[in-house]
Amino acid sequence: MAVIDLANPTRFLTLVNRVLPWLAALTIVLFAFGLTRAMSAPDDYQQGATVKIMFLHVPAAWLSMMGWGLMSVAALGTLVWRHPLADVAGKAAAPIGAAFTFICLVTGSLWGRPTWGTYWVWDARLTSVLVLFLLYLGVLALYWTAEDPGRGSRAAAVLTLVGAVNIPIIKFSVDWWNTLHQPASILRMGGSAIDPSILWPLLIMAVAFTLLFFALHLAAMRNEILRRRVRSMRIIQAQEVRA
Amino acid sequence: MNLGPHADFIVAAYAVTVFVVAAMVAWVVLDYSAQRRILGDLEERGVTRRSQPKDSR
Repeated sequence: MAVIDLANPTRFLTLVNRVLPWLAALTIVLFAFGLTRAMSAPDDYQQGATVKIMFLHVPAAWLSMMGWGLMSVAALGTLVWRHPLADVAGKAAAPIGAAFTFICLVTGSLWGRPTWGTYWVWDARLTSVLVLFLLYLGVLALYWTAEDPGRGSRAAAVLTLVGAVNIPIIKFSVDWWNTLHQPASILRMGGSAIDPSILWPLLIMAVAFTLLFFALHLAAMRNEILRRRVRSMRIIQAQEVRA
Repeated sequence: MNLGPHADFIVAAYAVTVFVVAAMVAWVVLDYSAQRRILGDLEERGVTRRSQPKDSR
């Protein structure tokens, strides 16, 4: 199957039905492996066992930004090429990205209390991630409340592209401002600052969470394509009844 | 496995994550079966999409 064939929703559904069971199985296996490694990882010399929250918090933070990046590419596809699958991809990614951002905020807060002595502080990193969560809710509101789905999709795409400005702000907030949140310790110049005994479980968990994201996204895209078929069939049914 | 004096925070973080992930999985699974059921109902009533050939009813 050529890549261009995937632009056809029916062919895309065939591919999803084939790939999804394998992707789900691989995700479960990687989570089992990653969680085993995470639970047996040594405590941090400063934070003790609370470092185990990192295995959830950091992948969720990465995926909250990756989700918005994916939606931004889809928004370009919606606005520039007006491709229906791009809109389907953007709409399907929004609730999943919002959920990972929620996980990031809650686990970060639960990690912050024993580490910093507070659940929340209005520093640049935490605030910019909260803004990302609110942007996700804004996009969802546009998708779910618009009377005309086409107008709702275009408005959501515009908000997505405007909100993309927030992604580099989140990434570099710890460098640009003086924050309570620590600076980058994994993706940074000079290599990771984390010991391999903790870094490897973290990377395995990150891959597992990423596969989970894509499995959920493909499944949500499949549902959205079916929902649009239902909608068009109901319109045809209503037209036939009227005629 | 000893989670130390802050075990409550660690357990709460994992519990919230498991709950949210389970909710997302349930959402896609239930939504899929709901859409399949509605599509099946419409097809049984003879409704087809414009792009769908009539003989595939």
